[in-house]
Amino acid sequence: MQVIKIKGSDDTPNVILDKENGIFEISGRSLPEDVAAFYEPILDWLEEYTEDPLEKTVFNFKLEYFNTASSKLLLDVLLKLEDMYDDGKDILVRWHFPDDDEDMEEAGEEYADIVEVPFEQVSYTID
Amino acid sequence: MANLKDKKESLDFVYDFYVKMKKNNINLAYEGEITHQITKAFTSLTESSMAKEDDFNTVQKKVFHVMVECLQNISKHAENRNSIVTSKDGRGIFMISKDDAEYNVTTGNVINNDKVDKLRETLENINSLDKDGLTVLYKQQMREGRLSDRGGAGLGFIDIARKTGQKLVYSFLTINEKRSFFVLTSTISRLKS
Repeated sequence: MQVIKIKGSDDTPNVILDKENGIFEISGRSLPEDVAAFYEPILDWLEEYTEDPLEKTVFNFKLEYFNTASSKLLLDVLLKLEDMYDDGKDILVRWHFPDDDEDMEEAGEEYADIVEVPFEQVSYTID
Repeated sequence: MANLKDKKESLDFVYDFYVKMKKNNINLAYEGEITHQITKAFTSLTESSMAKEDDFNTVQKKVFHVMVECLQNISKHAENRNSIVTSKDGRGIFMISKDDAEYNVTTGNVINNDKVDKLRETLENINSLDKDGLTVLYKQQMREGRLSDRGGAGLGFIDIARKTGQKLVYSFLTINEKRSFFVLTSTISRLKS
């Protein structure tokens, strides 16, 4: 499968979707001008991945900031992971948040409530 | 061509405007189209000024959140008065004021009167909810809501209420039988919660 590697900017996140190396990650900031267009290739990629996923998929979210429009698309990403989990695949979502950012921690808790998929909260420290 | 007297008056206006801005602690005031570039410029300007002021990280993040949602509301929902020039971005007024205790983010834009009741209902519903109620509403809207053609998720106002922990303060001022001016002020405390 083709690798998706998008370098982040001040309004778009870093994205790595690399089946061969088992790296699945969205990090940084997400407030793209056109959210639907930005996330479309990511969702398409996941749709294709769903057909033949790895034994275990660990998906990392390490976001610093996302706007409400992105929150909806991030849910769509999580729903794709939920589909795979429903099909009996081994899926783990790791939600990273800065240890002083309660709002980002809460956002993770809320997603964990909405989607039925193993979900791990991971706090990290910013220097 | 403006004559000399008019020009002199316009210079006086600039000074009045400056004095009023200072008096009301306004750091930033803008009227015009709210494009994505404008949103990025204002947020990064405010971010660097907050960093200089040593505001708490949590406060900076909340201000950033509220600014983005407010600006995107205008960009997506404001009615453009000049309908001859078709523009994808709405226009409106955007202001930030600050004192020792808080930041205020204020937006104003024109909306059609037939949308006022619906918007008022949305805002009143948000204001009637406590923290847990807002979380429930946010989750429900995220699950059930659809992204509009303009990329709105219907979550902006809920998010502002949640991030600020305060009621939405707003007003509708009638312009004429077709249009109103919608003003919203969001307050973010600078004190550590």
